[in-house]
Amino acid sequence: MIKFLLKGLVRDRHRSLFPILIIAGGVGLSVLLYCYIQGFGSDLIRTNAIYDTGHVKIMTQAYKKIADQLPNDLALANSDQLVQELQNKYPEMEWSQRIKLGGLLDIPDEKGETKEQGPVQGIGMDLLNSNKNINRFNLHKALVEGNLPDKQGEILITKEFANNLNVKPGHTATLISNAADGSMAIYNFEISGIIQFGVSFLDKNTILVDIQDLRSALNMYNSAGEILGYFPGNFNAEKANRITADFNQEYSEEGDEFSPVMVTLRDQNGLDQMLSMINAESFIIIGIFIFVMSLVLWNTGLMSGIRRYGEIGVRLAIGESKTDVYVSLLWEGLLIGVAGTIVGNILGLAFSYYLQEVGIDVSGMMQDSSALMSTVLRARITTPAYFIGFIPGLLATFLGNAISGIGIVNRETAQLFKELER
Amino acid sequence: MAIIETVGIAKRYPMGKRKFTALRDIDLKIEKGEFTGIVGPSGSGKTTLLNIIGALDHPSEGSATVLGKKVESLSHKDAARLRNQRLGFIFQTYNLLPVYTVYENVELPLLLLKMNKEKRRELVETALKRVGILDKIDSKPAQLSGGERQRVSVARAMVKEPDLVLADEPTANLDVANSHNILNMMLELNRELETTFLFATHDEKVMRYLRRQITLTDGRITEDIEKEPEPVSPEEV
Ligand SMILES: Nc1ncnc2c1ncn2[C@@H]1O[C@H](COP(=O)(O)OP(=O)(O)OP(=O)(O)O)[C@@H](O)[C@H]1O
Ligand SMILES: [Mg+2]
Repeated sequence: MIKFLLKGLVRDRHRSLFPILIIAGGVGLSVLLYCYIQGFGSDLIRTNAIYDTGHVKIMTQAYKKIADQLPNDLALANSDQLVQELQNKYPEMEWSQRIKLGGLLDIPDEKGETKEQGPVQGIGMDLLNSNKNINRFNLHKALVEGNLPDKQGEILITKEFANNLNVKPGHTATLISNAADGSMAIYNFEISGIIQFGVSFLDKNTILVDIQDLRSALNMYNSAGEILGYFPGNFNAEKANRITADFNQEYSEEGDEFSPVMVTLRDQNGLDQMLSMINAESFIIIGIFIFVMSLVLWNTGLMSGIRRYGEIGVRLAIGESKTDVYVSLLWEGLLIGVAGTIVGNILGLAFSYYLQEVGIDVSGMMQDSSALMSTVLRARITTPAYFIGFIPGLLATFLGNAISGIGIVNRETAQLFKELER
Repeated sequence: MAIIETVGIAKRYPMGKRKFTALRDIDLKIEKGEFTGIVGPSGSGKTTLLNIIGALDHPSEGSATVLGKKVESLSHKDAARLRNQRLGFIFQTYNLLPVYTVYENVELPLLLLKMNKEKRRELVETALKRVGILDKIDSKPAQLSGGERQRVSVARAMVKEPDLVLADEPTANLDVANSHNILNMMLELNRELETTFLFATHDEKVMRYLRRQITLTDGRITEDIEKEPEPVSPEEV
């Protein structure tokens, strides 16, 4: 009997091929979307890590408390030495000292009078000794005019900011800010190049300065506001937690406001909430897919059920019980569901894998290319991606078949024949 | 003992607030080996009565005993078992399953009886031989003519050699020659295997073959006569 039903299933495309295609499509899309959202999440982490949070970050306890005010008077002293120690202790990681500042950028004319002026956010980091940060920020790609700095006193300025201030490479710009000792800092730079990241809040009014210059400008000898740490590959929450606990145990002293403290990427910028939200979003999307696919499959179930009144009527007349027929409909649903899910999973994962490894470059579709945010559509295959498709695939088929099956089987048997005679 | 016995059967359908009575006071006895037809105008209740006897429908009142079972008190499962083991159905619209071959269509009732493969093949081939369509064993229903399809459905009803065959307008979709062919075939099966046949029909051609003719008018039995069958031989058509 099972063989008999299987034969029917295979031969009747309306019962097998079409539902399988529908399920495969839905499952494939669910998996792909899930992977895409995961990819988006990891892109977000990546970008945040580069310009702001690192995978881990070290500050003084006092700095950490009011970190958004960029309190450079509370910076880490002897930071070069600390970085040395960190490099010995955690050789697999890379460390980058940062000074962040807010202030004004003033563009003088030939006589030294203010021509243009605007609020500025500055990021100070090593730009001259190694190309680590150059690569991290993808500066070769971000550069739209001029050159990267190759000596002290040179800075990069974002394109939008440069346009607003009406400056070009070669022009002088004066930074006006608060020095670490509370005095007013005024420092002249030469603009070496103009950059664009493709991330609006960075592109608005940012300058990149070599950290030695900022130390001079702000009187911060041998200190840094923050030290960012990077793992060789992607962010790894478990490793980050381990290192953070280890570091804080050794370096952080309760009660000493100026002792350093390490936090992970997830503890910063509300990234943890953001990641939870991204996860929740994936599940909402999957939920919507289950719902829509159940409706579609319910409908196909009903349609094929109506086409199958004859078959079901005959099977009942020949002596199958309603329960047997219903159970066989459910089994059919399950089989179709499994087949469709497997096909859909393979398709979805294959495409996601392609997006993960190669990606689709959409920079052509974007007005300005983006150096920091990836312009390549990326996906990321995480473990749940292998299973997530089974939820819509199996649940939807099962629900669809169960509901439509009840409708068919619950009809009076005699009624099935009456409808046949039409 | 009678193969079918009904006592005071009535069937009512809800129709708006009132009820429509499709059958009333049906007292009927049919013995083994009969070749009997229920005749009457359209809407007189023929199909309704046949469905009750076939355990596909419940009477609103009264009792029907079919092959020793009271159909009104059978569970779905027991009704299914009765149909499976002892009843054969032939429909006006044949109702062959389109995705299966002739062989598989006729084999289906035997699958439900859980017979082994050799036995099934033997019975299917015998049944197809009896209805003269063994050469189409591997065809799909769509490749057959109307007459051939009805032969297959007769073979499907007969393959397990049931005690009772219920045939609702079996000739309604057939031309004259095919109708007589099928009827002659059924008559022969009736003689050969002593299978009881009960028809529901308003086809004059079918009536010629009946040995007993029960007339329904507005849901009541108004006539019940025995008669000599007047089959039309294949040469005459
Ligand atoms: N499910 C139902 N609900 C309401 N009325 C019904 C239902 N089934 C049958 N009837 C009514 O019961 C009466 C008898 O129907 P039945 O199908 O038994 O007639 P019939 O003698 O077989 O007619 P025909 O020769 O046209 O097949 C008809 O008037 C029909 O409209
Ligand atoms: Mg009828």
